Amino acid sequence: MTELATHTGAAAALHPVEVTVNGQKRSAAVEARTLLVHFVRESLGLTGTHIGCDTTSCGACTVLVDGVPMKSCTMFAVQANGAEITTVEGLEQGGQLHPIQQAFSEEHGLQCGFCTPGMMLTSMALLAENPNPTDKDVRWAISGQICRCTGYQNIVNAVQRAGELMKEGS
Amino acid sequence: MYPARFEYTAPSTLEEVIATLSERGDEAKVLAGGQSLVPLMKLRFATPGVLVDLNGVPGLDYLEEDDGVLRIGALVRHKTCEKSELLRSRYPTLGHAAPQISDPLVRNRGTVCGSLAHADPQGDWGAVMLAARASVVARGPDGERTISIDDLLDGPFTTTLSADEVITEARVPDPGARSGGTYLKLERKVGDYATAAVAVQVALDNGNVGEIGIALTGVGPTNIRAAAAEDALRGSEPTDAAIADAARLAAEAAQPQSDIRGTADYKRNVVRVFTERGLRTVVAAAKGEE
Repeated sequence: MTELATHTGAAAALHPVEVTVNGQKRSAAVEARTLLVHFVRESLGLTGTHIGCDTTSCGACTVLVDGVPMKSCTMFAVQANGAEITTVEGLEQGGQLHPIQQAFSEEHGLQCGFCTPGMMLTSMALLAENPNPTDKDVRWAISGQICRCTGYQNIVNAVQRAGELMKEGS
Repeated sequence: MYPARFEYTAPSTLEEVIATLSERGDEAKVLAGGQSLVPLMKLRFATPGVLVDLNGVPGLDYLEEDDGVLRIGALVRHKTCEKSELLRSRYPTLGHAAPQISDPLVRNRGTVCGSLAHADPQGDWGAVMLAARASVVARGPDGERTISIDDLLDGPFTTTLSADEVITEARVPDPGARSGGTYLKLERKVGDYATAAVAVQVALDNGNVGEIGIALTGVGPTNIRAAAAEDALRGSEPTDAAIADAARLAAEAAQPQSDIRGTADYKRNVVRVFTERGLRTVVAAAKGEE
């Protein structure tokens, strides 16, 4: 732990945080109050993860922590120390879109794009458990995310299409 | 939004957790799932000097039945309850409530015991645990004590836990074979607090009502036990008329306030309707008619 001088003159303790993000080991020293979403965006420079409401309501900031979708605005970065994080940047592999990205594109699930990273990561976790989700399954799974284009139908179509693409590809 | 600065500690034993709580008193706050605490800290409604993260303590994520008692460890997430076949089949009041807690992402991280310790009068688990006659085990420097949920909930966001105690588990008695339970919640959207909600649990004894629990969410300074409604039904035959009477008593026990989610009268009526509907459902289930 090191110390950082602040404008108040008080010293803030810095905590080393090491994560495996999208398969790569990355680390930075941050204050305990640094939220995971700020760590991802500012310390790691991965700005694909969006901050929407900042009040645990909208799910735009969703990332996978050890495979589980979490609202990264409602977790401290220190708590992710040692964890495996997947962000939207980790979906594309070798210039090839991930099936979930391909499906969002084909089905016009992106719309304005703001909620898309969270929607895709939550859907990844859903499809890992249930490769053939019904309309209801998808709506249930993404009920913690808000799309303010209110275009949920295309998102639901995209998640189901992604399930098909993943089966075709496997 | 950033919370105010705090010290962070992530001990690996409960003894260390309690030592920090003893040393720092009211300045310290236990962090479990953080799905209520972190938002409050970001809004600076809560500004703890030190956070004691429980997530590094191994062995607190058990959800198991032990000698007629369901034990829910301090780090059991809502999602684990939602997926639990044991809860669905044997503890239906909990089983019905779990998928209605907040939203799927919050359920992935938030904990049952943390929710009870948070004591939000709009929290769901408080009412569920009142109806199920549950208790919590609190550990402090002088050992453990068991606190019934009725005694735990002391006021809005206030419990009878002392500053050096941490909830290690919740304990729910087996409702028995001829029993039923459910949780009915009205919410404007997924993830919103309940406009009003009712937990009911009934065990039948020779066709009459034996053990009974009716408790309310979002209509008072804490989750409320509708004791008069319980007393009216206990020992008697659960006829439609008796159930309707109990539902009226439950509505009288509610202390709702008018707000953006509805008027006090509306919420009181929701309590009456949900109590009646819930009781009919669980009595049918207890009779094996479900």
